[in-house]
Amino acid sequence: MSEPALLTIDRAERVFGGGRTIFGMPKPAVHAVQDVSLEVRKGETLGVVGESGCGKSTLARLIVGLDRPTGGSITLDGRDIVQDADKNPRKLARKVQYVFQDPVSSLNPRKTVRTILTAPLIHLIGLNRQGQERRLEELMEAVNLTPEFLDRYPHEISGGQAQRIGIARALAADPEVIVLDEPVSALDVSVQAQVLNILDDLKTRFGLTYVFISHDLSVVESVSDRVAVMYFGRIAEIGPAREVFRNPNHPYTHLLLQSAPAPGRRSLVPEDANTELPDPYNPPPGCAFFARCPNATGRCGESRPALEAKSGEATHLAACYHPHGGKEE
Amino acid sequence: MTEAAVSPAPKARATARRPDSIRLLLNNSLATGGFFILVTMALVALAAPFLPLADPDVTAPANRLMPPFSPDHFLGTDALGRDILSRIVWGTRVSLAVGLSATVIAAFFGSLIGLVAGYAAGRVDSVLMRGIDMIMAFPYILLALAIVAVLGPGLLNALYAIAVVNIPFFARSIRGITLGLSRREFVDAARLSGKSNAQILFIEVLPNVLPVIIITMSTTIGWMILETAGLSFLGLGAQPPQADLGSMLGEGRKILFTAPHVSVVPGLMILVLVMSINLFGDGVRDVLDPRLKSGVLTRPVARTTVDRKDASSGLKPRADAILDVQDLRTEFHLGGTVYKAAGGVDLHLAQGECLGVVGESGSGKSVSAMSIMGLVPSPPGRIVGGAAFLGNEDLFSASDERIRQLRGADVSHVFQDPLSTLHPLFTIGDQLTEAILAHRQVSGSEAMKIAEDLLNLVRIPNPSERLKVYPHELSGGMRQRICIAMALANDARVMIADEPTTALDVTVQAQILSLMNTLRHERDAAILFITHDFGVVSAICDRVAVMYAGKVVETGATQEILNSPAHPYTAKLIDCVPVLGEPERRLDAIEGRPPMVNNLPQGCAFADRCPKAQADCRAAPIPVTEFAEGRSVRCLHPVKEGEHV
Ligand SMILES: Nc1ncnc2c1ncn2[C@@H]1O[C@H](COP(=O)(O)OP(=O)(O)OP(=O)(O)O)[C@@H](O)[C@H]1O
Ligand code: SF4
Ligand code: SF4
Ligand SMILES: [Mg+2]
Repeated sequence: MSEPALLTIDRAERVFGGGRTIFGMPKPAVHAVQDVSLEVRKGETLGVVGESGCGKSTLARLIVGLDRPTGGSITLDGRDIVQDADKNPRKLARKVQYVFQDPVSSLNPRKTVRTILTAPLIHLIGLNRQGQERRLEELMEAVNLTPEFLDRYPHEISGGQAQRIGIARALAADPEVIVLDEPVSALDVSVQAQVLNILDDLKTRFGLTYVFISHDLSVVESVSDRVAVMYFGRIAEIGPAREVFRNPNHPYTHLLLQSAPAPGRRSLVPEDANTELPDPYNPPPGCAFFARCPNATGRCGESRPALEAKSGEATHLAACYHPHGGKEE
Repeated sequence: MTEAAVSPAPKARATARRPDSIRLLLNNSLATGGFFILVTMALVALAAPFLPLADPDVTAPANRLMPPFSPDHFLGTDALGRDILSRIVWGTRVSLAVGLSATVIAAFFGSLIGLVAGYAAGRVDSVLMRGIDMIMAFPYILLALAIVAVLGPGLLNALYAIAVVNIPFFARSIRGITLGLSRREFVDAARLSGKSNAQILFIEVLPNVLPVIIITMSTTIGWMILETAGLSFLGLGAQPPQADLGSMLGEGRKILFTAPHVSVVPGLMILVLVMSINLFGDGVRDVLDPRLKSGVLTRPVARTTVDRKDASSGLKPRADAILDVQDLRTEFHLGGTVYKAAGGVDLHLAQGECLGVVGESGSGKSVSAMSIMGLVPSPPGRIVGGAAFLGNEDLFSASDERIRQLRGADVSHVFQDPLSTLHPLFTIGDQLTEAILAHRQVSGSEAMKIAEDLLNLVRIPNPSERLKVYPHELSGGMRQRICIAMALANDARVMIADEPTTALDVTVQAQILSLMNTLRHERDAAILFITHDFGVVSAICDRVAVMYAGKVVETGATQEILNSPAHPYTAKLIDCVPVLGEPERRLDAIEGRPPMVNNLPQGCAFADRCPKAQADCRAAPIPVTEFAEGRSVRCLHPVKEGEHV
């Protein structure tokens, strides 16, 4: 805890829709991200897990300035990201970069790898011809591809290679933080391992800070120092990865861990199939997990639990009135 | 991590692609014909000033209305005695120039509007597109007439009118494409690479839109020439004495019966010109966007072609298997290349058993499974060898009618994307009852009752209400449960499930897996379960078959394979998956990637990546060895128990 946070997200909120139509009727609003606060320290990997639609990608896009929060603030090194994204997007892009989920569609089909990788070198750090050549070589070396790939088109390379190009592009301007949104979900397991190993290697070599988003718990567990579990746009639990996975406080984290298949795990513990998911257009007043929660009591349906330390560890927080293995309130 | 070093040199390079498109175009004889006629006409029209032609505008009343083939006047003369051949050549020149310029103007402004509207979206898009809608609200030719009426008749004004009238056409199609492209991830990526909006629009998006602009141009230019001719015909375009195909037609109309050649000749010229442009335009479209090609969208035949050359008739089904696939060979023939997607696959399922088929993408899992009931699209797919026995019946020699009966009844399928099975426009009830009625002699109300029971079976709450909803009103997990209900509708003996849980969240996946597991015990149905996830295999499969490059390389009971894999590939595949609860484990990536199935080595397909490979591995095809009860492996130097590779 000694080092100050590099990236601070304070009560970030992103609402889609809302407002009124020209006839004055209210338009439905979806709270994709609500009241999310977290810190990422230099050199650490923060894993973000959660199911589809829980707001992971929206949060990621907020951090890199591809989208603007409708409330709260996001600061990097003490500077407001939202203001930077409006005034000087290139400056922000030099510090924070993004790796996309679908490696192939994140590369323009009509550009060669060389053109794709040169763009940030020109626009972000203004390298000259010579500098570009040298940097391209370094980048290809960093992601373990021979320079021969520079002259290929995206459809001429495999998914794993395309994702490495995506990583090289993110590295090009020497950023401090890289947000990885499901970087290995589209890859085969054997290729996934190659990419995970490269990411690990790059992190130590260049002193990078990662925000690693994935729905795959085992992948997140293997890469993260700390992990945040998101449910319905909010953080349900956050803490050191070891702690959260070994001693989950929030019933939702518990459910995720029990549902995850693992080699050798003979039977999964399924949740009762009748449970309903909360309606994003009509969010429940209390805990969003109420309808699915085995520990729920009347209180959970009425008011929303705050994100607090539940297991005695100051760094391990959960938003739940009746946490697993923690103290009751 | 030497993948880069071993990967083959790029086969198709940008420079090598271009001649390909031209060759493709030349293969299309209609397009080639159109192209040559067009080029000839264009060259003649361009050369008009240098050709030994009479002056097209000099009148000679003495020579009026001479018939074709007269001396000095090959195509005769018109009512003012002007040489028709000369006027046709000059007129074609004018028509081509006007059509081309109008197309270029319309394409430029239309595409610009479309690009900006599609990229900016939101308010800019609304304003621009409402403007376009207003233009489109007028009947086409009326609008052109109105514009000419305002500007005054004349060839240039006709050109502007035609161009303006065609702008919406370009704007709309380009906007649609741009809208789609602007949401693609590479646009976000370009933004993060520091590109400005203008740079993104014109450097990133435009090159992807260009083929569409060219296609649209090539298909509209003929139409524009026709429209110009129309305006000139009405006297609003080219003014006398200037020759233009449309005005010539108009002038000849009055004397159609006394001197038909005066109107027939320009009429034929318009026909040939527009036809050749359209044939060529269609050819260009087919080359640049093969999906739009006429005939491509027709359905492939309803069942995979079976074309077994070898003596597969000698194969006998196993006694204890309900489904027994032996030496299955399925190939794809694409442009002279043969992809051996399944290169001798053996799989068998006992009653009530769940067999997992594991492997990386491209290893032939789905093709093998789809071949069983002939669901591989033909062309290009075809089954060239082996047999699939359902009980004692060889499915590959069964009649189409028999296969139709079996599909969805004895053998049913569940796919990764439930929406590919469910029709979006029919209710769940309609679709379930249809599936039931297709195979059973029951009344509609009885079928409805069965459908309700099925929903109960797959644990869908409040089934009678759910029967009335449409697929989009259900969550992904619910839809997949409906698909399972459908697969069970007719007491299937075998269920083929292709990655049924891959698209689902873990909690939903756990529900579906336990549901499938319960149902197969209740109903004693066998499941062929395709997945790439060893965790999923552990949760539901009794036995596993591991596939690599179109062949099964190892089979055995799930626990045994996980504990002591025999094939080096299986061992490495298990090692490279992160395991929940073991974050410290080093991920052991498999270097390189599988060989392409159109270029398989003579010996073991895994040899290039295998740490245990030796010279003999590459010499000849590797046979399957059964090394223990129910365990077999396709490897000369299998991993021993406790050995690490
Ligand atoms: N542009 C948008 N307009 C309206 N709603 C949106 C938009 N983008 C996201 N949402 C909604 O916000 C919520 C969170 O979306 P987000 O894509 O961030 O989730 P996710 O966890 O990353 O999902 P997945 O794993 O499926 O990608 C969802 O309910 C989604 O439908
Ligand atoms: S607050 Fe209540 S409903 Fe929400 S997770 Fe905790 S116990 Fe369950
Ligand atoms: S046959 Fe040889 S190359 Fe192939 S897997 Fe076995 S040891 Fe490796
Ligand atoms: Mg996402």
